[in-house]
Amino acid sequence: MAESELDGVSGKTTTGHEWDGIKELNTPLPRWWLITFYASILWAIGYWVVYPAWPLLWSYTRGALNYSTRAAVGVELAILEKIRGDKMIALGAASLADIEKDPALLTLARARGKAAFGDNCAPCHGSGGAGAKGYPNLNDDDWLWGGSLDQIVQTIQFGARSGHTKTHEGAMLAFGKDGILKRDEIGTVANYVRSLSGLSTRQGYDVAAGAKIFAENCTSCHGEAGKGNQELGAPNLTDKIWLYGSDEATLSETITNGRAGVMPAWVGRLDPSTIKALAVYVHTLGGGK
Amino acid sequence: MNKIIQTDPDQVEDVGPLYAARKNVYPQSVFGTFRRIKWGLMAFCLDVYYLLPFVRWNRGLGAPDQAVLIDLPNSRFYFFFIELWPQEVYYFTGLLIIAALTLFLMNSVGGRIWCGYLCPQTVWTDLFYAVERLIEGDRRERMRKAASADPLKLGRVSEIVLKHSIWLLIAWWTGGAWVLYFTDAPTLVKELVTFQAPAIAYIWITILTATTYLLAGFMREQVCVYMCPWPRIQAALTDEWALNVTYRYDRGEKRMSVKKANELRALGLPAGDCVDCYQCVAACPTGIDIRNGPQIDCIQCGLCIDACDNVMKKIGGPTRLIGYDNDINIQRRMAGKPPIYRIVRPRTIIYTALIALVGGVMLYALLTRSLLDINVLHDRNPVAVKLSDGSIRNAYTVRLLNKRGFDRVVTIDVDGPQDAVLHVVGDDSITPDRPMVVLGRDGTTELRVLVTAPSEKNTEKSIPTKFRITDIGLGEIASAIDNFVLP
Repeated sequence: MAESELDGVSGKTTTGHEWDGIKELNTPLPRWWLITFYASILWAIGYWVVYPAWPLLWSYTRGALNYSTRAAVGVELAILEKIRGDKMIALGAASLADIEKDPALLTLARARGKAAFGDNCAPCHGSGGAGAKGYPNLNDDDWLWGGSLDQIVQTIQFGARSGHTKTHEGAMLAFGKDGILKRDEIGTVANYVRSLSGLSTRQGYDVAAGAKIFAENCTSCHGEAGKGNQELGAPNLTDKIWLYGSDEATLSETITNGRAGVMPAWVGRLDPSTIKALAVYVHTLGGGK
Repeated sequence: MNKIIQTDPDQVEDVGPLYAARKNVYPQSVFGTFRRIKWGLMAFCLDVYYLLPFVRWNRGLGAPDQAVLIDLPNSRFYFFFIELWPQEVYYFTGLLIIAALTLFLMNSVGGRIWCGYLCPQTVWTDLFYAVERLIEGDRRERMRKAASADPLKLGRVSEIVLKHSIWLLIAWWTGGAWVLYFTDAPTLVKELVTFQAPAIAYIWITILTATTYLLAGFMREQVCVYMCPWPRIQAALTDEWALNVTYRYDRGEKRMSVKKANELRALGLPAGDCVDCYQCVAACPTGIDIRNGPQIDCIQCGLCIDACDNVMKKIGGPTRLIGYDNDINIQRRMAGKPPIYRIVRPRTIIYTALIALVGGVMLYALLTRSLLDINVLHDRNPVAVKLSDGSIRNAYTVRLLNKRGFDRVVTIDVDGPQDAVLHVVGDDSITPDRPMVVLGRDGTTELRVLVTAPSEKNTEKSIPTKFRITDIGLGEIASAIDNFVLP
């Protein structure tokens, strides 16, 4: 219950609120303030009518304008595609070698490539192309299927062991599982492979036997010196980069069970200029040949 | 314990309406020293505001030649010889600090100088009042017209229409001048006149026309009393030495007629100088009585001083019954001591010193700022790459800034890991050990830079690495430090 009274000092009435003997003078708001306040309420009601506002049990009030943020995004995306159109055509028309020489095209290709890489490639190769065990690092200079722009385009388009008719074929055989090599032979050749890149070997392993096993079983793909063959996707065994690992156990596992990592074919899923941009992006990560 | 009070319906009505209606103010015209100062400052402020966009400043080919320009599409700010980039926006912070300190200094010297003479709200309101007075007549006439219950006649209607038309014209011109600061002014004027300017220009002009018209024509002193935070801050910052527009109640009270005062003085009794003519109230643009002492509604424009002086001259009394003074002096005069004024005191000295300090730091930073700059961002994923021969490579995104108005050529080199080899992606210049890059005028260039070093010679996990660019023509150097990291 509020009792308003006249304050003798100020000549104003009080609001009737009292806290420990302290009373509040009634100092009304300016009229324009009050009008603004009521106008805001009216505005909010208008907003409910025009825009989506109230949640219903299984839906919501859609509003007279039938506005939706999703449709608005669609419109903006269409505009973006239109703006990009000319530039992407220029990218599609330029040859791969020319793109890297033209700073504007290179910036465009790298930006587009980076976006496409994040959307499509990062799940396996990592967001920066750093790779993981079994998934090649795209920043280094070691390439299973070749690191030139044309070769990268080829790999992106058709993948590796993807099932596409033009895909890269060739796989590491399962020498142990298929009974080609015995368990101790696998250990010996694993040590021999380690010696090719200057890694330490187990004491007292039979070097001559290792060389013989390697010459009889491995050179058809990896070459006599173990330098690999990009035609077949056979890795270079003499460098410092190992896709699955270089310790004896991992090597033995590789030789026993074989390896056949798969990369999907992207032709038909990505348009040609996006594949071009991706190739330029990967090439300029640093390892491009 | 809660007391139960019976509600009396009569008392509830006493609470009154939810709002207080504005009391209309009809300031009387005045002439005198402070009115002249106000006219002068108004002309100066308006001239600067309306004409500044048309001042030209030659910055060389390809750069805008407008002295003051906020170029939003290219994110540049031009002020005569200064060109600022978005990342240098801290200069504005410095300017704001100086502005605040200047406001404090003004306040400690002469009260609300800003409010009374320089604030845009005051300047435009004063201008709108001048228009109103010119068309509708002075205070009494305007009050009579406003209170008149007669039906509107043609003469009165045309007055109202004319007044609002001129107000709107001034407001439109004000909004128009604002947009000129954001693009080349002569070009935009031409486009505006031929209706070829971008829609956003018209939208902004409309918005600012509306705000000027409303704020200067209708809101007026309510902006100062209800909306502006400065009167509250000012009241907390002032001290007993600050000169404020003050009614000298020691001299003025008790108020009485000239005749009565003369009679009392003839008898040797005390008499007040204030004749209670209400001229100070009539002249006040915020409609207050200065004789009630300092108050938040008083913008201290000094017009009551002029009004009072004019009356004092007429009745042969001494002027400055209202004047720039402080409470200390009133107390001193009452005690029979001479007044003292102290402009130079710790408060004003500190404010001045701070303004000089901040201004000096800003000027130094501005004069010594680099027109060539380099930023280096290390690749995060992967931070380091092992190559097939065992050497280590780190990749960086390097951004080069050329703040000069012409293209220039720089070489890049690194100093950090031993036997490091630098490669700029997309570059096959003839000097591969020190790659050369062309930097476009007034812009940034982004490069992908690869640094490769043998792992045998670099065994530390992280090696501080300096990236340096050298302008081969001017010899200007800029550098940035990052790290070369091992996997």
